[in-house]
Amino acid sequence: MSKSISYLIRRLGFYLVAAFAALTLNFIIPRMMPGDPASIIFARFRGKLKPEAIEAMRQSFGLTNDPLLVQYWSYLKGILGGNLGTSIAYFPEPVSNIISSGLFWTIFLAGFSLIVAFSIGTLLGIFIAWNRTGKLDTLLPPTLAFLGAFPYFWLAMLSLYIFGFSLNWFPLSHAYGNQVSPGLNLSFILSVIYHAILPAFTMIFVSLGGWMLSMRNTMISTLGADYITFANAKGISSRHIMLRYAARNAILPNLTGFGMALGFILSGALLTEIIFSYPGQGYLLLQAVKSQDFPLMQGIFMTITFAVLAANWLVDIAILIFDPRTRK
Amino acid sequence: MKNKIQHSSIVTRWFSGVISNKKALAGSCIILFFVFIAIIGPFLIQSPTEFLGTPLSPPSNKYLFGTNGQGQDVFSQTISGARQTLFVGFSAGILVVLIGALIGGIAGYYGGRTDDLLSLIINIFLVMPGLPLMVILASWLPPGPGTLLGVLVLTGWAWNARVIRSQMMTFRNRDFVSAAIVSGEKNIRIIIIEIMPRMLSLLASMFIGSSIYAIGAQVGLEFLGLGDISRVTWGTNLYWASNDLALLTESWWTFVPTGLSIAVVSFSLTLINFGIDEVTNPRLVSERLWREKIPKKNISNGITPVLKSHE
Repeated sequence: MSKSISYLIRRLGFYLVAAFAALTLNFIIPRMMPGDPASIIFARFRGKLKPEAIEAMRQSFGLTNDPLLVQYWSYLKGILGGNLGTSIAYFPEPVSNIISSGLFWTIFLAGFSLIVAFSIGTLLGIFIAWNRTGKLDTLLPPTLAFLGAFPYFWLAMLSLYIFGFSLNWFPLSHAYGNQVSPGLNLSFILSVIYHAILPAFTMIFVSLGGWMLSMRNTMISTLGADYITFANAKGISSRHIMLRYAARNAILPNLTGFGMALGFILSGALLTEIIFSYPGQGYLLLQAVKSQDFPLMQGIFMTITFAVLAANWLVDIAILIFDPRTRK
Repeated sequence: MKNKIQHSSIVTRWFSGVISNKKALAGSCIILFFVFIAIIGPFLIQSPTEFLGTPLSPPSNKYLFGTNGQGQDVFSQTISGARQTLFVGFSAGILVVLIGALIGGIAGYYGGRTDDLLSLIINIFLVMPGLPLMVILASWLPPGPGTLLGVLVLTGWAWNARVIRSQMMTFRNRDFVSAAIVSGEKNIRIIIIEIMPRMLSLLASMFIGSSIYAIGAQVGLEFLGLGDISRVTWGTNLYWASNDLALLTESWWTFVPTGLSIAVVSFSLTLINFGIDEVTNPRLVSERLWREKIPKKNISNGITPVLKSHE
């Protein structure tokens, strides 16, 4: 048991290093660009910004005349104190305030779609690997691979066009209707679910195939292993072999992939949110890009990185539970 | 000299094996068709940026795919958009595999401290979410294909490096590598001449996978407005469609042709990868063998049957 705790601590150490690297990257990128970042910003916002906004931006980037290390130190201190700088588009609102309002919706939408796609995809993968002489195994993988070939956001556009505009089945934008008041009441929750169905389904459809295919392929490898043949010879029931012998081991690469895919899926989720005007990080990202709001973009990068790192650590814990080899 | 002959036959045998697979063949034909269009198409059509007629007019005989919000021909835009999108996508695919092979290969071959350091860097890049990182990089750099290429390569190489590292570690302890080391070959030569050709399938499917990623991510960035919006690419086509309120005006023809092209290209690339897998993955090859030999009605469950093999 102490081994597994030391493993988790080692992983935590790695995520801290990764977080530190992200922080440093965030600090370096504006300073690495040709010319000095302050003058780039000046040039882009000539006449559009109040002098105090520019001064606040210099402050939030730590763009003082101090030596680089001193700037870096005060930048780190600021971030650890939860200060991500001041937004340009929503001046003088601090970036952390703007982001925290959207983070909940992104985690809700992306998390929900991810868990549904992962569960259905993995189960389908187990099933079609088991029945791989059947019709489903020749039909389903190419169909889902074709769906997976579409960019997330484009499929979102199309489904919004068909189910939102033409058929009028689902709302066109936002996370809940404007006639319900946010809170723990039934009409609000129903409205939230109603608004999440279409964006969630497009994301689930695009990502389902990947989970299913990787589960199917590892499952097929596992089904050829000697211990499976032996279990079959012993007379253990097929169902038991399928789920407790083969699937239990074949799921491990998928589980590792789950952590790895988080960043990718969140990226797709951000673009999908933009199409559905869903008030999460994606919507903020679009605003930030449109108004060249560098502090907001960097704030979004930081929060999403931290969320992904935290989720990866949870995946490590799950792997520890499922894979006894890591506990040795 | 003898060595060289042996390696060229590995490569040619590999190609003829892959091409004989139906999925790979179909995928390759479609990709070649799109590449052909991307190269010569722009010479045959009218200018994609010219104002031609009523904005947002639906498909007709005159404008096959209709016109967009700026009164430009969507058909011309779809064809000339292929050029930059495919060029940047495939170039990023190649670069990502090269860098991945270099860093992953060095880490796996040398091991020890070198591996510890490189693995740490690889893993850090792996857990960082791609799109937000690409967005901040692309927003600081001047917009254009060069920026897109650089950003895609920087965020895409780590996955390949990780896979190549673990492959390299299994090759490192094989007899032929030990023999090469004993006979005094240089490490770089062993990595490039002896080991890499044996990873051909892996490298090829990585190139294809990375190109799919690069095309998708590139379109995503340009859709956000981070590309050079004065150029005609598949990404900027979608950017303008969304900017000109394609959905509100119900003008589906401004975004459907481009999106379908992207999907068909990605799907064909996926088909090639399926084909490579079917031909070179021993597990899938043996799957095919037993399926050919045992009649369907004799199979009661999903467990791989045990076959006596004479091959």
